[in-house]
Amino acid sequence: MTAGAWLLLLLATPFGAAALLAASGRRLEQLDASARLARVAWFAALATGFAAVALAMLVPAVQGGTVHRLRVDWLPALGVGFGLRMDGLAAVFAGLIVGIGLLIVLYARWYLAPAERTVRFYALLLVFMGAMLGITLADNLILLAVFWELTSLSSFLLIGFWQHRSDARQGALMALTITGAGGLALLGGLLMLGWIAGGFELDTVLASGPAIREHPMYPVCLALVLAGAFTKSAQFPFHFWLPHAMAAPTPVSAYLHSATMVKAGVFLLARLHPALAGSEAWFFAVTGVGAATLLVGAWHAIFQHDLKGLLAYSTISHLGLITMLLGLDSPMASVAAVFHLLNHATFKASLFMAAGIIDHETGTRDMRRINGLARLMPVTAALAIVAAGAMAGVPLLNGFLSKEMFLAETLALDRHQALRFLVPAAATLAAALSVAYSARFVHDVFFNGRPVNLPRAPHEPPRWMRVPVELLVVLCLLVGLLPAWTVAPVLALAAADVVGGALPDYSLAIWHGWNLPLALSAIALAGGTLLYAWLQQGRGLHRTEPPESAGRREFERALTALVRWAARATTALHAGGARRNLLLAVAAAIAAGAVALLLGESPIASTGLDPFEGITAGAAAVWAIGVLAAGAAVVLIRQRLAALLAVGAVGLVVSLAFVWFSAPDLALTQVLVESATVLLMMLALRYLPASAPPEDDDRRVLRDAALGALAGGGTGFVAWAVMVRPFDSIAGYFLERTVTEGGGTNAVNVIIVDFRGLDTFGEMTVLLTAGLIIHQLVVHTALPPVAGPARPPAPVAALERRFPLLFDTVARALLPFALLVSAYFFLRGHNLPGGGFIAGLVTAIALLLQSVAGGHAALWPQRDPEQAFAAKQRVLLTVLGLALLVATLTGLGSWLLGYPFLTSTFGHPVLPVLGELPLASAALFDLGVYLAVVGATVLALASIGRLSRTS
Amino acid sequence: MELLMASGIGVLVGTGVFLLLRPRTFDALLGLTLLSYAVNLFLFSMGRLVAGRAPVVQAGVEGYADPLPQALVLTAIVISFAMTALLAVLALRAHAATGSDDADGGVAPGAAGAADRSAAGAEAGPRRDGPPRGGGEA
Repeated sequence: MTAGAWLLLLLATPFGAAALLAASGRRLEQLDASARLARVAWFAALATGFAAVALAMLVPAVQGGTVHRLRVDWLPALGVGFGLRMDGLAAVFAGLIVGIGLLIVLYARWYLAPAERTVRFYALLLVFMGAMLGITLADNLILLAVFWELTSLSSFLLIGFWQHRSDARQGALMALTITGAGGLALLGGLLMLGWIAGGFELDTVLASGPAIREHPMYPVCLALVLAGAFTKSAQFPFHFWLPHAMAAPTPVSAYLHSATMVKAGVFLLARLHPALAGSEAWFFAVTGVGAATLLVGAWHAIFQHDLKGLLAYSTISHLGLITMLLGLDSPMASVAAVFHLLNHATFKASLFMAAGIIDHETGTRDMRRINGLARLMPVTAALAIVAAGAMAGVPLLNGFLSKEMFLAETLALDRHQALRFLVPAAATLAAALSVAYSARFVHDVFFNGRPVNLPRAPHEPPRWMRVPVELLVVLCLLVGLLPAWTVAPVLALAAADVVGGALPDYSLAIWHGWNLPLALSAIALAGGTLLYAWLQQGRGLHRTEPPESAGRREFERALTALVRWAARATTALHAGGARRNLLLAVAAAIAAGAVALLLGESPIASTGLDPFEGITAGAAAVWAIGVLAAGAAVVLIRQRLAALLAVGAVGLVVSLAFVWFSAPDLALTQVLVESATVLLMMLALRYLPASAPPEDDDRRVLRDAALGALAGGGTGFVAWAVMVRPFDSIAGYFLERTVTEGGGTNAVNVIIVDFRGLDTFGEMTVLLTAGLIIHQLVVHTALPPVAGPARPPAPVAALERRFPLLFDTVARALLPFALLVSAYFFLRGHNLPGGGFIAGLVTAIALLLQSVAGGHAALWPQRDPEQAFAAKQRVLLTVLGLALLVATLTGLGSWLLGYPFLTSTFGHPVLPVLGELPLASAALFDLGVYLAVVGATVLALASIGRLSRTS
Repeated sequence: MELLMASGIGVLVGTGVFLLLRPRTFDALLGLTLLSYAVNLFLFSMGRLVAGRAPVVQAGVEGYADPLPQALVLTAIVISFAMTALLAVLALRAHAATGSDDADGGVAPGAAGAADRSAAGAEAGPRRDGPPRGGGEA
């Protein structure tokens, strides 16, 4: 298999496994709960293991310097490809995700209770794993942003896994709000980055670092990207979501909220380091925020009584440390950042798992109650103590090495005189604080007297629950003792891509001689221990309330304000029903038009065309009829039938305008639609009162009249301004090609069924949808009889009795002729005015005439009108479906011939009677149009007609 | 002629908007119909007004009316008919449900009985197969 295939497999495996789990959820439901848990966990482990194999196939080449790539076109027009890329950094990070993921999968199998929704849990965990792998492997910034959002979403679902708990729901929502907002900022930043660099591919972006930094928009771009990274990695002042995310099950906390997801922000900083770093802005923003996070997190961690709370704040602090290192912006600092990222993932994941074991065994996470566990669970205690040592930076453990490098880097800072002392001092203080909280973790939990009032009697956990912790602790020890033999190649692999050039010389030895960093380490160890002892003994740490976390209250206040404003805006815009909305829509349209007209350049660019030219007495008369009819519709609006007829007259005038101005197709369509509309409205009038009460609010009438005048005046002016402007149209293109490429002389019809066939296809779908909605609205409803005392119901039956013979006979006699006319229009449509739309309307109206004249019985001779109606609706729905099917098949037919969708072909077969027939495949498509029009029109009218029948 | 067309469009938009804002559903429907005439004419006039030169290609004839706006408007006419029909049915349903033809769905006094009936009809709704419940008892 090629590298590209393995890459794709690596990414697709977790997603595929998650989909499979979700799909077989119902079948798994039938299993016994514990059997289900075991089976699901093994399946997830298998999938993760397979991903690990795929990764293992890719790594050797990466070590040799290869960068694996896979590119598939996705949105080529936008420069967005589905590209995967694996270099050293990506490989190491992917290893972290898959490796820790495997351990978490095993651990969760013992952590979760079988009765919980385990299938959902594992499916979500796998989705998260896939999304994380996506972030590391994405070759394209847009793709990266997509996976980034996916991690936020899966994190939301996993934090809220225990949906019945309100803290879980709130924590999930807070995390989603913060990381989601950050994700939005990141997307903006990445778009700008791609725009500046001239492409979204990672290679392009990473290679254009200098151009990016010199760009005037660089500060904005940097701020947006950093906002994304900082929110994700819980950096100050966005850090407060992470402690609340601890409401998640502990495997989630260990995996997402310490080892991987919160590292995504740091990873992004490392990933984009060659493109974005190297400026003062980067140095101050990243180092400053990192340092603040480092100190704030460490300080808060000491005072947490909740075991996971302590670990959460410690995670924040360590993330701040890594961020700060990346901000220091020297090759060596970048190496240290990657190193600490790996170390933190190992010791913190093991600590979280140990905390989960303790929670599981004791039933509480309150460190004021869990004491003296060293005697009760000695093995777990030993493991946790070693991991906590690594967290504190005790020599011979991995945390010591990277912390030593960190201290050395702060000392090596030579940028600003004032910072030379400040930065190392802050770093030492933070190191001391981390020693203090690590000491508290070890002393409070495993020593410090006896347990207080525990819900359960603790003992060692199941054997296999401890195995992942053991493995990670062994790693901490091995890296701490034999760094050159274990972590060195991994580190070199990853760091090279962050540094973006040759790696600096460094040695991963335990002993570097007596030097300043070592002295600072010693000060931190001693100071931290003393601080803890003083706080615990002297200040009564257990009686101190944890300090309020900065940012959280502001966040909640902002959120409340936002919700309040949103509610206010909604009620302002959306209260009082349809009229208010229509009013707002009209007013907004007028305002938009006015802004464009008044502030834009003048729309008048006359060509010297005389707008009065060509006005004949006849034209003026027709115009006057139209205007008077429109006015009559307004004046007579309370006499509904009269108003309807006036509107019908306007429609006829419109079709006359089409006739006059060379649009025979439009004129035909308009006349036919007019008939159908009037018919429809007359049917509707059966249900509505024949006249409306007068309006009592004159001010409203005046206001609406003013709006109407504004809208009408504005539109009329714009129409006039457009018509007298110079004209340059693409019409020539269509006119030239209508015969040669469309095979018909009627350019309008050829455009509809051929050149713009896809548009028409969309319009058919609209017709179909409207038909279906109408059907659904009507099919299960029995309308009440007409309201209003003055008007007895006028069912169609009465109509039938009123014109029994004449109407019926004429209508029946008319049907074949109407169908013939319709066929004629249809066949000639490609060359002369006509076509599917017009033919469809003719057929529809002929059928409706039958319906009105003879009732349904004429066409569907069943006794029961309800049955007849149902049969008719079925036929009409079938016709609509058939319409879309015919059109789709015609379109697909051109695929078979190797052309794009809906490419038409034509020939000129000679038939016996009709002579030469210019037959295009587009005619078949037109048949679809015809069917859609017939189906939708008859369905609409028959539905209303049925309403009248039931009354 | 441009002047007639432009002023005609203006009048149709004005009356259409006015009717659209009336409190009754039927009036709004008529307003929408007038407005769609105006919009269709407006789109159509983007291709300029050309008399007597329908875009049906004939040998030896040069200069036709612009076929593109015509094609757009043709489909627009049919679509606006479908939308009018949809709104008409919606208005009837609203009338059936509230007993009022107020565009805001206000309940007319004394229409409680009508509302009850339609609620009963809605409950019978989910039955998908077989003919729908007729209103015979009404």
